[in-house]
Amino acid sequence: MAGLRAFLAVASLSLFAASSPGKAQTSPTENIQIGLSTDHVSITAGFSGADLTIFGSLENADPLVARQGRYDVIVVLEGPARPVVVRRKGRVLGVWINLESETFENVPVSYSVATTRPLQDVTDPNSYKQLSLGAANLYMQPADDTDSPATIQEFTAALRDRKSATGLYSENVGGVRFLSQNLFRATVRLAPNVPVGTHKARAFLFKSGLFIKESSAQLEIRKSGFEQSIFRVAHDYSFLYGIFAVLLAMLTGWLGRLVFRKD
Amino acid sequence: MGIYLPIAEISVNIFVLLAMGAAVGFLSGMFGVGGGFLITPLLIFYNIPPAIAVATGANQVIASSFSGALSHVKRGTLDFKLGGVLLAGGIVGSTGGIFVFGFLRRLGQLDLFISLLYVVLLGTVGGLMLVESVNALRATRSGAAPVLKKSGQHNWIHRLPLKMRFRASKLFVSVIPVLGLGAGIGFLSSIMGVGGGFIMVPALIYLLKVPTNVVIGTSLFQIIFTSAYTTLVHATTNQTVDVMLAFLLMAGGVAGAQYGAKAGQRLRGEQLRALLALLVLAVAIRLAIDLFVTPPNLYSLSGVDLT
Repeated sequence: MAGLRAFLAVASLSLFAASSPGKAQTSPTENIQIGLSTDHVSITAGFSGADLTIFGSLENADPLVARQGRYDVIVVLEGPARPVVVRRKGRVLGVWINLESETFENVPVSYSVATTRPLQDVTDPNSYKQLSLGAANLYMQPADDTDSPATIQEFTAALRDRKSATGLYSENVGGVRFLSQNLFRATVRLAPNVPVGTHKARAFLFKSGLFIKESSAQLEIRKSGFEQSIFRVAHDYSFLYGIFAVLLAMLTGWLGRLVFRKD
Repeated sequence: MGIYLPIAEISVNIFVLLAMGAAVGFLSGMFGVGGGFLITPLLIFYNIPPAIAVATGANQVIASSFSGALSHVKRGTLDFKLGGVLLAGGIVGSTGGIFVFGFLRRLGQLDLFISLLYVVLLGTVGGLMLVESVNALRATRSGAAPVLKKSGQHNWIHRLPLKMRFRASKLFVSVIPVLGLGAGIGFLSSIMGVGGGFIMVPALIYLLKVPTNVVIGTSLFQIIFTSAYTTLVHATTNQTVDVMLAFLLMAGGVAGAQYGAKAGQRLRGEQLRALLALLVLAVAIRLAIDLFVTPPNLYSLSGVDLT
């Protein structure tokens, strides 16, 4: 019922004639473009996650390479970065309580990946590391780097694991499809708890396992209408919001008594 | 049908919330309690973040206690003066509670502290009530008349200084225990998201010897203001009150409460108390299990408060 309310469509036209004539004679470098028809997605009352479709195109694609399927595209939708505390429970007198913790600065709240093929088939781990592409290759900066590397590694792994479990970090293999030789469509998942804020959509083009080009676009995810108003008022006018919450409760109590009174 | 909660930032089922509100409302109408001690744990079981469950629980309690207090005003079973003194203590306790709440949240021990408080308090109150009501049930079965405490009996509380007269409650007592009780309940209200009726009512009856007919109305009166204050402070300092969530719970709650009150009239006092005791104990046990059973995941994430 929470249908996709975000319609993102092609905005980029591959203007093959526009590339510089000097280069065009030899082997022109491929380029990748993604376009969003809208710069924002609204979350409304019925929102329970959605698939976001991003269209894109290749410029100067070599028809032969394309036919052999040696072009690969990885599209990433990265949420705003925020500091996160990871806590680990331990047993004290039989009770499970949070004992150790590690704070990380600038962790993307969400990270959805869509690829043409499984990540390990596109290129080698080293390239991913260099591009810091993929949830496993995101560098998480610990706030306190005096902790032992083993501890940091453990908490980083736990952080990724928790993010995947809640659907905030996701991977959609086969989520990028070529519609024609130079047109592709990527489907990335928006989790029901997708954070609001400025998200960055990035597309990476690979040719026979080699990174060629990157393109990016901004996307604003925000609460819309009623939800947005409530959220804004709760943060900007928190005192009035509190008064409103109290009065609403009293009104409901009073009306409830009038309507359902049994005495 | 799903609905997106603006503050909790998750999508939940609207009917589950309405049913939850109605079920708790039914029980609170039946037993004459606010129902906060049921709502908050239920919300936590339903994956609402504890900080939001507590603040929203306090908001929901206002509706049920306001509705209940209205009928007591009409019947004249509400001691405004006693309620006012309890309230003065309540504001102080509540302020302290909010401070502790924020501190524990930063430490990462808020969830643990909430669960522990629930287990200890519900376990104690439920256990005491069960023993008392089972004894009363046995006594009525064997035909003996229930032993009533004489109003002339006094305990150490009545020897404290700063005495004040509460006409409606026919009481002449020191303000110290009244303020202290109010403060304690206020503290619990802000940390646990409860009105505190399940502690206030026995405390007024057994410690201060307030006549039973005035107790519920007065307790409800003070709870309205304590939870209103708690809601307000949580809204301003932590922004954790979700009106959408609160409204759904209230809507179900006020309807359920009126039917619950009617159902409650068919049961005898000690039967009601025994059932309530079992309910309170069940919640305590359920929360205790979570504390001791190995959690499916040892790691948890939380944001950093940018204060």
